[in-house]
Amino acid sequence: MNSNTLWLIGRRLGAGVVTLLIVSMVVFAITAVLPGDAAQQSLGQFATPEQVAALRLKLGLDQPGVLRYLHWLMSLLTGDMGVSVSNAMPVGELMAGRVPNTLMLAGATALVSVPVALVLGIGSAMGRGGRIDSCLSFVTLAMVAVPEFLVATLAVLIFAVNLGWLSALSYASDISSPLQFLRTYALPVMTLCCVIVAQMARMTRAAVIDQLDSPYVEMARLKGVSPIRIVLRHALPNAIGPIANAIALSLSYLLGGVVIVETIFNYPGIASLMVDAVTNRDMALVQACTMLFCAAYLGLVLLADLCAILSNPRLRNQ
Amino acid sequence: MTDNKNTPELISGQESLRVFESLNRGMSRRNALQMLGVAGVAAAGAGSLFGPAGKLFADEAAAEGKGKPGGKIRVAGMSSSTADTLDPAKGALSTDYARHYMFYNGLTRFDKHLVPQPELAERIDNTDATLWTITLRKDVTFHNGKSLTAADVVFSLSRHKDPLTGSKVMPLMEQFAEIKASGPNEVQIRLSAPNAELPSILAVSHLLIVPEGTTDFNKGIGTGPFTVGEFKPGVRSIAVRNKSYWKPGLPYLDEIEFIAIADEPSRVNALLSGDVHMINEVNPRSTTRIAASAKHRVVDAPSGNYTDLIIRQDQLPGKSPEFTQAMKLLLDREQVKSAVFRGFAVVGNDHPIAPGSRYFNSDLPQTVYDPEKAKFLLKKAGMESITMPVMASPAATGSVDIAVLLQQSAKQAGLKLDVNRLPSDGYWSNHWMKHPLSFGNINPRPNADVMFSQFFQSKAPWNESGWQNDQFDQLLMLARGETDDAKRAKMYGDMQTLVHDHCGIGVPVFISNIDGVDQRIKGYGTNPLGGFMGYMFAEQVWLDA
Repeated sequence: MNSNTLWLIGRRLGAGVVTLLIVSMVVFAITAVLPGDAAQQSLGQFATPEQVAALRLKLGLDQPGVLRYLHWLMSLLTGDMGVSVSNAMPVGELMAGRVPNTLMLAGATALVSVPVALVLGIGSAMGRGGRIDSCLSFVTLAMVAVPEFLVATLAVLIFAVNLGWLSALSYASDISSPLQFLRTYALPVMTLCCVIVAQMARMTRAAVIDQLDSPYVEMARLKGVSPIRIVLRHALPNAIGPIANAIALSLSYLLGGVVIVETIFNYPGIASLMVDAVTNRDMALVQACTMLFCAAYLGLVLLADLCAILSNPRLRNQ
Repeated sequence: MTDNKNTPELISGQESLRVFESLNRGMSRRNALQMLGVAGVAAAGAGSLFGPAGKLFADEAAAEGKGKPGGKIRVAGMSSSTADTLDPAKGALSTDYARHYMFYNGLTRFDKHLVPQPELAERIDNTDATLWTITLRKDVTFHNGKSLTAADVVFSLSRHKDPLTGSKVMPLMEQFAEIKASGPNEVQIRLSAPNAELPSILAVSHLLIVPEGTTDFNKGIGTGPFTVGEFKPGVRSIAVRNKSYWKPGLPYLDEIEFIAIADEPSRVNALLSGDVHMINEVNPRSTTRIAASAKHRVVDAPSGNYTDLIIRQDQLPGKSPEFTQAMKLLLDREQVKSAVFRGFAVVGNDHPIAPGSRYFNSDLPQTVYDPEKAKFLLKKAGMESITMPVMASPAATGSVDIAVLLQQSAKQAGLKLDVNRLPSDGYWSNHWMKHPLSFGNINPRPNADVMFSQFFQSKAPWNESGWQNDQFDQLLMLARGETDDAKRAKMYGDMQTLVHDHCGIGVPVFISNIDGVDQRIKGYGTNPLGGFMGYMFAEQVWLDA
């Protein structure tokens, strides 16, 4: 790693902070435009105007939006993420209860899906135009097209209700043995894999094919290098950049976008926390969740770019 | 619903309604005087509402046999979010109510016929239905070891009057002019006006008793059958058997894990796969799946919950009585019952009192589907070819389907309706009661007085259709102070007639609650208040594994 790389990391981190700031402003503005505020939402259908006014005063919702935003920003700078208005618990504590679950699910899914996607992608690139490639293309396209709630519901119906092999619900906290881990995570991981494997495999296939069409691969082929060696030794290292980016995009989806899977399997992750926060107009919690998603996304993309740089001697030694 | 009736696992709605109705009628007429203890008692000046506490459990024990102690169960409700609360005052959803009844007790408790029975109150006396004296049981302690005293009751009731508490029943509590401790175990309540229904108000979940000075409700310190093992809003709660519960032998279960699965198919799947033992809010469409399983059963509980067509009376076209009448005639109730709710509903008669409830007026002629007459009325009002938007939303159960059916029948009467399907999010604050034609949904209320006061009184904030009727308002006040039950029944009957004839509310059906229950769960019953035995299953059920 040289100064160039360090400079890139530094610049990216700086840009990341600015992005986060802008995102927080946009999110705040959007939350403010939503119909109803935290007070109305918390008191519900049958609130009296008197109660709404009292609660607004208590929560500081009577202050102008800009002031509330600045107040939130100031306390964030001191490390205080605020207090959830819906249950008076610190936002940090609420997040701490959910983030490990989300990381666990994302980690397990990544562990399964990334190798599978790479093998599928490289396999179909090698047999481009052949029977295996068409087959894989058809399957991956079908997997992208089928919505995840359908996959999840069918999987539960078959494996949990009819066969009784697996649990229909996933509790991250009830795990005491590897077998239990498997029972708990099998269905949600399978569902998520269906969604992201397809995307990653197709991107891998395209990236590898791109390299296979280049003159240096043709040269190697003419020299009589075996097809496997061509792909693994010559094409793949040059395709790592785009592949890493595809993986990063898919994984960032796992960190914040899996609300349907969380709902169906009743898995207490961060995505459903965010949905609750929006429904309850719980500004501090919405902001904390968005900041986390956004930071995770930026971090993953940065990581992917680093992968691309480090895998490429021309960039690495510039 | 013939297909459902063939299945032996199913407790049919009609059947349980019949039982419920006969019990309720027979009971309320004969027993209401001594139960509510108003007439003779008030005249005598001093009397007890309830008999000695010894016969407290006679009713339930005799009906259900002795339970088996032990066991853990997992229960899935329908909704859960970070707004879940263990503060009884803030309870907003079935999930909250069910939890509250695990950890707290009320002064009174509804039995399965919605008649209030003594709970923490040993006896309740009154003078002219205005000054009420409540004597508390002496052997009751909170989960933290503190004994129950009058101060706790005063605190628990008074906090609802502070707007900052965010109590869901604040309007109901405004009539509590004074709440004070008149002894270490005696509380005196002075009402601003007579209300003979006080014992049933005290039984609502929001008025469950918490220790004096509680600020952190997440610990769930109450006197109830279970203590809090774990409470994570939006995730789950674990209720652990309260070993020193004041009711001997109860509760039966060692532990109840309570979660929520918002997605209905997933909830049913969780039940069928054996992951949970009990679910509520089953879609009528899913009942055949549950009934087909040998290990599970469907429990159909007729309730007072209704989705209503709101025809605003303070703006056109609802201002025209003919238009309002025509809209009620265009509701094809039998079709709504069979097509929208698959028979898990009871036909309504454009007033909020469900058949079989106390004070239901059975002499009132039923409104029937009559597009011809509706057409005639619309013509008479000069509105035969107008186009009107109708607001419906998944927030009001079944309202989108009802609106579509209404649209079809309105066509026959020459009226064109545009169904606007609005999202649940923000529906109550932005659309409910705010359009000439919209839909609402009202959950069961503890008694006729609360229902009429909250939703039909001229000045009520949730007077859905904005109707004004002096005669109705007067009757409502008179009924509250009336200590003769027969006369009260007559008054409530007349009020139903007024609402039926003049109010801008069309009540097509009362929607039954459908629970799905594992066959191993015993002691499970129904309650018109809501699913999960009126949210009060925790103390009553046992596991026969």
